[in-house]
Amino acid sequence: MHLTQGTFSYLPPLTDTQVRAQVQYALDNNWALSVEFTDDPHPRNFLWEMWGLPMFDMRDPAAILLEVQRCRDAYPARYVRVNAYDRQLGRQTTALSFIVQRPTNETGFRLERQEGPDRQVRYTLHAYATDRASGERYEG
Amino acid sequence: MTEDQHVPFGMPRPGAVDVATAVPETPAGNGVTSAPGAKATPDTVGINVEAEARASGVFDVIADLDRELVGLDPVKMRIREIASLLVVDMARRRFGLEAERPNLHMCFTGSPGTGKTTVAMRMATVLHRLGYLAKGHLVAVTRDELVGQYIGHTAPKTREVLKRAMGGVLFIDEAYYLHRQENERDYGQEAIEILLQVMENQRNDIVVILAGYRDRMDQFFSSNPGMGSRIAHHIDFPDYDLDALVAIARIMLDRQRYTFSSGAEPAFRELMSRRMTQPRFANARSVRNALERARLRQANRLVSEGRLVTRDDLMRIEAADIYKSRWFTEAPDADSLDGGIASAG
Repeated sequence: MHLTQGTFSYLPPLTDTQVRAQVQYALDNNWALSVEFTDDPHPRNFLWEMWGLPMFDMRDPAAILLEVQRCRDAYPARYVRVNAYDRQLGRQTTALSFIVQRPTNETGFRLERQEGPDRQVRYTLHAYATDRASGERYEG
Repeated sequence: MTEDQHVPFGMPRPGAVDVATAVPETPAGNGVTSAPGAKATPDTVGINVEAEARASGVFDVIADLDRELVGLDPVKMRIREIASLLVVDMARRRFGLEAERPNLHMCFTGSPGTGKTTVAMRMATVLHRLGYLAKGHLVAVTRDELVGQYIGHTAPKTREVLKRAMGGVLFIDEAYYLHRQENERDYGQEAIEILLQVMENQRNDIVVILAGYRDRMDQFFSSNPGMGSRIAHHIDFPDYDLDALVAIARIMLDRQRYTFSSGAEPAFRELMSRRMTQPRFANARSVRNALERARLRQANRLVSEGRLVTRDDLMRIEAADIYKSRWFTEAPDADSLDGGIASAG
């Protein structure tokens, strides 16, 4: 199951050239970029683990791609994303966030239905991957 | 994540369009010199290398360098050679003669104040104009900014600096301080290793220029052979002679809208000839400091004279402003003189 989260989520995965171009766009807009990774792909898990600190004062996308590559090498079987933060007063939020690496075997989610009173049904998503301990979720 | 894994998607993807197919083919021999990026066919057409170079504006930068920097002929020669090589390389690529990107890391050696930083800055512009650097900015650092203070501090610190310099030139002043011979557990070694790794793997994104005194730099390279072999261009900056120093002073004054009076220039020449023999003489930097002092004395003189001053008075530096320098008034015994301020006029 192809995880769709963040910007460009309905496009095929970006190539490195395309990632570089997006990063360049963020730098042109004076946004600070950061790299994050996770193996808990639940849509409500928006706080992924940080790969180092956000990068300020960068001039060239090569710097960000260097960190992306280091993160990919360290966690080849996790989701990795790039965030761009717009610090401008009045916005002060993530302006751009897209996935730059996903595990080869994306297991996806199952839908759980919980019976409530009065025939009410509560729906919830459960990532198959999270049945296993963190760090072993996407291996094999 | 490769291209062929992609799920087909029913929309044109702008990023995926090949540049070669997007640009309409031009007939051979027509427009080859005017359309950069177009492939020229072998044998039939020629490329005007000189016109290409002029179009990229590289030789404007070099001409500026010629005009604004006095002397330094060997340095200018080397920069012209490097620029020419890069231009020829561009032309070769147009004919499909793929050459590996030349190694551009450099080492500038020379006494203080001989223009190493200034030339590095110009080098960044030249490389940017030629398309070898994406941004062409200069990040100047010393040991302090690269080496950390405790275990695990150095690598992120060095990497941070390297990332800031990506797309431009990283200028490491007095690079030999990175290596401390007396202490083999010094964190400097870690910084050198990371530098080497990036210099090798990210040659397309960054150019590293090391700078420092000649002899200590040689020592540094002999203890770090990996560093020496990764640097292609070793450029030596000669010391300025007296004429050059006076010419530098004239340019500096001109830029600040001052002039020497007729008597002041010989006085300044005399001052410099005394200063040159003293320790801690820093070439152009000493000239600048001497001029700063002269400006102070001129201001003081104008204020204490208490008369109406004309525009001309405000611009002119008199011989008296220079002869009051302590290099004239005090015994030229350097040890007693140079207390703290290394190159004061």
